Amino acid sequence: MTSTIDTPRSPYSRSPQRRGVNWEKWGWIYMRASGVVLVVLIFGHLFVNLMVGKGVSALDFAFVAGKLANPFWQTWDLLMLWLALIHGGNGMRTLVNDYATQRLTRGILKSAILAAVVILIVLGTLVVFTFDPCPAGSPADLLPSFCSAN
Amino acid sequence: MPQQSAEALTSQQKTTSRRPAGTLYRGREGMWSWVLHRITGVAIFFFLLVHILDTALVRVSPEAYNAVIESYKTPIMGLGEAALVAAIVFHAFNGLRIILIDFWNAKYQKVMFYVVIGLWVVTMLGFLPRHLYNVFNN
Repeated sequence: MTSTIDTPRSPYSRSPQRRGVNWEKWGWIYMRASGVVLVVLIFGHLFVNLMVGKGVSALDFAFVAGKLANPFWQTWDLLMLWLALIHGGNGMRTLVNDYATQRLTRGILKSAILAAVVILIVLGTLVVFTFDPCPAGSPADLLPSFCSAN
Repeated sequence: MPQQSAEALTSQQKTTSRRPAGTLYRGREGMWSWVLHRITGVAIFFFLLVHILDTALVRVSPEAYNAVIESYKTPIMGLGEAALVAAIVFHAFNGLRIILIDFWNAKYQKVMFYVVIGLWVVTMLGFLPRHLYNVFNN
């Protein structure tokens, strides 16, 4: 049996182009595109929640409800949720590919990452769209001030 | 020495060079920025998982959300938030550095690493005093 060996200095070439979408390329592009947007979204999020007013010590249901009653912050948080979870999940996938040596371990870890990302995106999206800032029967002092207005 | 072996020696020196052509990621600034990017990324990911779960409590009841968010106001968690912000700020600035390496010019990667460190220090100087005051005085 004979086999051909490339000459040592032959130029690097990829294996024959497989058909279909190059997902790794789009993942690479996604990390950079979402990264730029996330810098703005997360810096804004941190500024409004930790720097303005009394920062972390002012956080409570009334504060969050006041924000989530506003379509601007709904959109902001929803974008942050989707972009950050997929960015983080894809980053974790990269680490698993780098450090998990067994095929089975990689499969288990990547399934766990995918499950966490999907479940939290669904949960977070449901919260943003079904959230009620003035739940009936809750004490008025825990609610945003606009709840008692009408 | 015959011409051929001198040539072989040169090419061997090339292939065993400590800094092979085409990578920024072996040694010094390029490597450490990469290491820090991974460590901060993993830390932020795990916080994100918890943070979505605690925020989802707004859908349960105001009491449930307030009870959990109170734990974020303790001194230990306050220091944890400082560490989290430190990680996020580094990851953000170094991420922009990676984008500039990829789309602009890789030859400034070392300089840009020190710019990242500088911006990180400035941002943390703006954030830390105010945050620590909020944690320990309110």
